[in-house]
Amino acid sequence: MTTTELTLPRKTGGRRGRMGAGKQLHAGPVTYVVLTVFALVSLAPLVWTAIAASRTDHRLAETPPPLWFGGNLFKNLQAAWDEAGLGTAMVNSVIVAGTITVSTVLFSTLAGFAFAKLRFRFSGLLLLLTIGTMMIPPQLAVVPLYLWMSDLGWSNQLQTVVLPSLVTAFGTFFMRQYLVQALPTELIEAARVDGASSLRIVWHVVFPAARPAMAVLGLLTFVFAWNDFLWPIIALNQQNPTVQVALNSLGTGYVPDQAVIMAGALLGTLPLLVAFLLFGKQIVGGIMQGAIKG
Amino acid sequence: MSSSKQALARAASSAEAAPGSTPGAARGARGRGAPADADSWRSRLYRWDMKASPYAFVAPFFLLFGAFSLVPLLYTAWYSLHNVQLSALDHQTWAGLDNYRNLLSSDFFWNALKNTFSIGVISTVPQLLAALALAHLLNYKLRGSTVWRVVMLTPYATSVAAATLVFTLLYSWDGGMVNWFLDFFGVGPVNWRESDWGSQFAVSSIVIWRWTGYNALIYLAAMQAIPADLYESAAIDGANRWQQFRHVTIPQLRPTILFTVVVSTIGATQLFGEPLLFGGVSGSKGGSEHQYQTLGLYMYDQGWIIGNLGKASAIAWSMFLILLIIAAVNLLLTRRLRKSQ
Repeated sequence: MTTTELTLPRKTGGRRGRMGAGKQLHAGPVTYVVLTVFALVSLAPLVWTAIAASRTDHRLAETPPPLWFGGNLFKNLQAAWDEAGLGTAMVNSVIVAGTITVSTVLFSTLAGFAFAKLRFRFSGLLLLLTIGTMMIPPQLAVVPLYLWMSDLGWSNQLQTVVLPSLVTAFGTFFMRQYLVQALPTELIEAARVDGASSLRIVWHVVFPAARPAMAVLGLLTFVFAWNDFLWPIIALNQQNPTVQVALNSLGTGYVPDQAVIMAGALLGTLPLLVAFLLFGKQIVGGIMQGAIKG
Repeated sequence: MSSSKQALARAASSAEAAPGSTPGAARGARGRGAPADADSWRSRLYRWDMKASPYAFVAPFFLLFGAFSLVPLLYTAWYSLHNVQLSALDHQTWAGLDNYRNLLSSDFFWNALKNTFSIGVISTVPQLLAALALAHLLNYKLRGSTVWRVVMLTPYATSVAAATLVFTLLYSWDGGMVNWFLDFFGVGPVNWRESDWGSQFAVSSIVIWRWTGYNALIYLAAMQAIPADLYESAAIDGANRWQQFRHVTIPQLRPTILFTVVVSTIGATQLFGEPLLFGGVSGSKGGSEHQYQTLGLYMYDQGWIIGNLGKASAIAWSMFLILLIIAAVNLLLTRRLRKSQ
């Protein structure tokens, strides 16, 4: 593994990430044209969502479809917020995705540190188990989870969707791969010689060293948790929805107004679009970093 | 992938080489000098801390992960051998292999398996080819390279539900953007909801839209790790850009391509949200003729719409078995690939 691969996400794509890059060729005009086409395809559906959300249901059924904004955006957003329950859903999703993010980052860092730097029995086997189970589909868990949650009388409560997602195998593996390189073993040994307990070492040595990767994992986990679909739509209903559950209700005719449905899709995506606007560079870096590690 | 396996092997061997006490602990104890009472207490505490703390650090992860991922996996197998109805959860009776026999003789199961496969191919192949091309372009020196990358990744920020609601409207029969656009080229309106291939293509296009940029970034990361001198020597040999791409980039990317194929295949096997919401009110059927009902959708339909959770468990385990077969094939391919190098 060269230093290029270990560069923190902040630096990937910057000068350092480029130094070992395979190609230094400058892009020609054709490259820019093709990239613009790709960019248009990526963004057009989102822009059109906003256009459709500013129109009326009646107008959306007519040909040709609207290509520019109308005057009903705020009315439709209001309807989505109140009638389709997007207001409650956003609050619920913030609570759910926020809790999942904090717990995943914390526990992944602890376990990742142990796998990266500490010696204990079965560590190799346990790590292999973690990686091997990374790709089990969620479908393999939902029937027992549903039966347990209804036994506990928890159906339609937020903890049903929070509890099963508190940790991910991906997070632990991600942190392990980062800490193997980013945390010098001598630093831990020096702290040990000074008589520091393991908890002190975690707090004063591991967390500071892991901070950039923790931030990236936090962003990726939040996106994942916000967009999680299968288990939430089984565990929750429109009485107490997350954003995806509310969107699912909209899709199955809860409010049969296409303009309101588009307003709901826009509202539900907006927080993540803002996050991409602010932290896009870090998220891109995290995905590229995870790719090389995987 | 290969590097992580090496790391694993290293981790495994180091674990074996550490029976009980570690050099660090010994050094710490020796440094204290005289074996006074307080000191020996402290060094005992210290040694205990050294031994126990790794387990304490991995415990929260494994407890939560085990309780909510591994244990349910086994319970799903158990329930797949039982008759479990949504309407009478407390009344479970042993069913043996009935649920599986039931599946194998059901046309809907084979239909769902076939649809999962065809939608998987229609969505994965163009997606990965486009991602490869896009990564190649992003690998040039670009003005505002970060902006381009973030833009390509925005579909990934859109949830399955939001994206599908939008695409459903784009694909609508009358007044839909896609049919209006096709009309310019003299292509008659396509019934994206009802036709076999049309609906499968529409569902696949949602997957392609959401994941192409993500896969492009993974390819881009791998492309940037290719040593520059490989291109230089190819250029000296007189290879043009296309030949360099064909004979340097692609072979160097082979492990990454295999990795994305595996991940996309796993994603395709569990495809669920897109066909569910594309179907609207009766979404779990996957269209009036079940023309885009996938295995994931069939499982949801049998479990929570029909109310047969035992059968749903059997479908889930069938999905798992299919993935195990894919993993085995992948392992074989990787081995052969390594041998050929």
